[in-house]
Amino acid sequence: MVKLQVNGQTQSFDGDQSMPLLWYLRDELGLTGTKYGCGVALCGACTVHVDGEAARACITAVSDVSGRSVTTIEALDPQGNHPVQKAWRAFNVPQCGYCQAGQIMQAATLLATTKNPSEDEINSAMSGNICRCGCYQRITAAIKAAATGA
Amino acid sequence: MTPVRATIENVSRRGFLKGVIATGGLVLAAELVPARVTAAAYATGADKMPHGVRSDPHLFVSIAPDGIVTIVAIRSEMGTGSRTSLPMVVADELEADWSRVKVVQAPGDEEKYGNQDTDGSRSLRHHIQPMRQCGAAARQMLETTAAQRWGVPVAEVQAQNHEVVHKPSGRKLGYGQLAAAASALPTPPADQIKLKDASAFRYIGKGTTPIVDLFDITTGRAVYGIDAKLPGMKYAVVARPPVFGGKLISFDAAAAMKVPGVEKVVTIEGTPAPAKFQPLGGVAVVARNTWGAIKGREALNPTWDDGPNGSYDSAAFKAQLEEAARRPGKVVRNDGDAEKTLASAAKVVSAEYYIPHSAHATMEPPSATVRIADGKCEAWACVQSPGNTREELAKKLGLKEADVTVHVALLGGGFGRKSKCDFVLEAALLSKAMGGAPVKVIWTREDDLRHGYYHTVSAERIDAGLDASGKVIAWRHRSVAPTIKSIFAADQTHEAPFELGMGFVDVPFDIPDLRCENGEAEAHTRIGWFRSVSNIPHGFAVQSFVAELAKATERDPKDMLLALIGPPRIVDPRKSPEVADFWNYGDPFETYPIDTGRLRRVVELVAEKADWGRKLPPRHGLGIAAHRSFLTYVATVVEAAVDEKGRLSVPRVDTAIDCGFAANPERIRSQIEGAAVMGMSLALYGEITFKKGRVEQSNYDGYRVLRIDESPPITDVHIVQNGIDVPSSGVGEPGLPPFAPALCNAVFAAIGRRIRQLPIGDQLAT
Repeated sequence: MVKLQVNGQTQSFDGDQSMPLLWYLRDELGLTGTKYGCGVALCGACTVHVDGEAARACITAVSDVSGRSVTTIEALDPQGNHPVQKAWRAFNVPQCGYCQAGQIMQAATLLATTKNPSEDEINSAMSGNICRCGCYQRITAAIKAAATGA
Repeated sequence: MTPVRATIENVSRRGFLKGVIATGGLVLAAELVPARVTAAAYATGADKMPHGVRSDPHLFVSIAPDGIVTIVAIRSEMGTGSRTSLPMVVADELEADWSRVKVVQAPGDEEKYGNQDTDGSRSLRHHIQPMRQCGAAARQMLETTAAQRWGVPVAEVQAQNHEVVHKPSGRKLGYGQLAAAASALPTPPADQIKLKDASAFRYIGKGTTPIVDLFDITTGRAVYGIDAKLPGMKYAVVARPPVFGGKLISFDAAAAMKVPGVEKVVTIEGTPAPAKFQPLGGVAVVARNTWGAIKGREALNPTWDDGPNGSYDSAAFKAQLEEAARRPGKVVRNDGDAEKTLASAAKVVSAEYYIPHSAHATMEPPSATVRIADGKCEAWACVQSPGNTREELAKKLGLKEADVTVHVALLGGGFGRKSKCDFVLEAALLSKAMGGAPVKVIWTREDDLRHGYYHTVSAERIDAGLDASGKVIAWRHRSVAPTIKSIFAADQTHEAPFELGMGFVDVPFDIPDLRCENGEAEAHTRIGWFRSVSNIPHGFAVQSFVAELAKATERDPKDMLLALIGPPRIVDPRKSPEVADFWNYGDPFETYPIDTGRLRRVVELVAEKADWGRKLPPRHGLGIAAHRSFLTYVATVVEAAVDEKGRLSVPRVDTAIDCGFAANPERIRSQIEGAAVMGMSLALYGEITFKKGRVEQSNYDGYRVLRIDESPPITDVHIVQNGIDVPSSGVGEPGLPPFAPALCNAVFAAIGRRIRQLPIGDQLAT
């Protein structure tokens, strides 16, 4: 039996503890905001926060987060108004939007640790998140705006 | 992403309304829908699509008593913004306040809504006129109702921002107050529908309307195909034959059943070639969750008979294609006598190009959920083709189409992959095997890359004859590539007219002796539409070769490009008898001719905006390319930088686009920005290879796509301003074809290395 916090609620799971957190969130808890993209930490679509740090849910086993606190895109901000989310909307970042939850979760941890990231710091933090539609230019602009409150 | 259904199934798929209208709770709903209400200012190919096009507001618009206007979106949303742009067009003509508009997605129902295939860069192009008609008709119905209620002439009333005003008295009635009575009115005849003057547009052409799903996307609430949730839902993954056309020999069901959560192991019948949109066959593991299904599949240990494609080797095939491109092929355009002029030319320049298979690699892999209960089937899926998906489901399950509902979720990318419903049919077969329980089929990334409908592989050869002054007087282009037709019929070895007409036989150059030949090529895998389709290989060859000609004659590449395009005129390839079946993307040539004046204009615009010829640091260079596709004209200037180690970067991209009237400039920009990123992915990395019939790549490590740290930091988009009278043309695809040749031309300008084979990969490494 694994106990963990997901979006502030205590959950317990007595299934296969090697199950990736990704499938636990999606299939068992119905939190489908966290996306599958590659299953092997190559694309970042499944990015969540574990104790406040970005983690790829597809390679994080449920047992790895025992006793820890997981935040998904659904609870990044109660009203959906985290500065990164607001900036994403101000810059009309998404095209298909599928990768954007992972992008936003990744960007949120970047800004939590780096108040005013340079272009290099943005590239470095975000290079694990693939966007097939090619919204990168706007992602960069949105992160800069979120950092400065612009 | 192209209208095969128009070209291949055409007439038989057409249907007309039988007069039964199920409106799904909409308030506006009453009368018989005329098959055609449109009175278009210009003709398009919309009527010729399967099931044609509709514009009746009774189908698309409902207004609740509280004034909320609900507009039905009939195109699938995969990132182009059509789910926003088309309802926005309706709302504008309706004089609706966008903040009081709700957009709902239509299920697949082409009898009712007309063609729903979201492909071929057609959504705005085919629907801006009918959607304007739709909104305007609804506005007039509201005005008529208000005039009747007040007992005043309709000329005295005017709809304004969600209410109707009686101009002399200033009295007002909100749309909610008028809706019920207005809905009982017949739709005005087409010739009595009065469209707004473009100067009165509130949303159309402004680019100020965010996509309707923006908030939901940024908060994780947006529902994609893979996100379906149903009570009692099972999860399945499928082990498919590793070689296209292969068959299952054996598997270990017992081992899979031992995996926690696994409920059943089910075989899926394969489909003999041609593949069409049918499942590949194999064996599925159905489980209580995705993880159980994946682990169960790992235990299956299936063995396969590889069948006739077991020896497919893409490296050997490449040599075969190149060889074919050196021999004469079927003549598909013939102006003058290119052979004779080549033989007598002062100089002949020749080059060969190669473009490999590539995979769509949509971020959301194919996924669908199907439930069968009480003789009815419901599907939730990320499909570009909900109407066709419904037809295929009905056939597969032996049901009437009326008993099949296809709910269209958001698509996490499409690019042509999701116009094929094989994955939905898999879910249907598995639901059936599970007694009708809802089953979600998930394709892992490995499944997606190994079992796709790949972009064709192509060898292109161009020979040009020059006179003593360096003028190009003869052009012979040979293209050899397996055809998309091969997934529909046996023994298809030549490109179809719709492929030949993508930047090959429609080359708009001012050369008197011009010949195009198409060699034979067999398909050994599933070939499918990939964003921009055959424009990618054809455009790469033609636009790279233009820069090679510039080099050969020591001219500026932009000047050479303009010289080849020649003076402003209409180029009609149909004048060559071999091009009598020129398809022009399914639209009338009279509406969308090949206008070299417009092609010249985007070249000149992008050159001006990019400051063509600007001074650059060492090992930087500019490249230019221009291409007409999907009836739209695009020119791109890429700045490339190649460092001493051969590492390539792109500091800046400028793109000019003339897509006729720009209904939603903001989404046009996003499409073109994205095309630069996807174009760079294709150029640098995009390659699917086969060994022993098997795809060698399996995930984003072997099949790389561009990441943020490699992407161009500046991607400026310059939209040619056109009035509403200039027919809108495609946007989703046309940005892609010029990118790779512009990039490779820039690399040449930077370091003098000519890239003729994609991907660039490590060709520049020193």
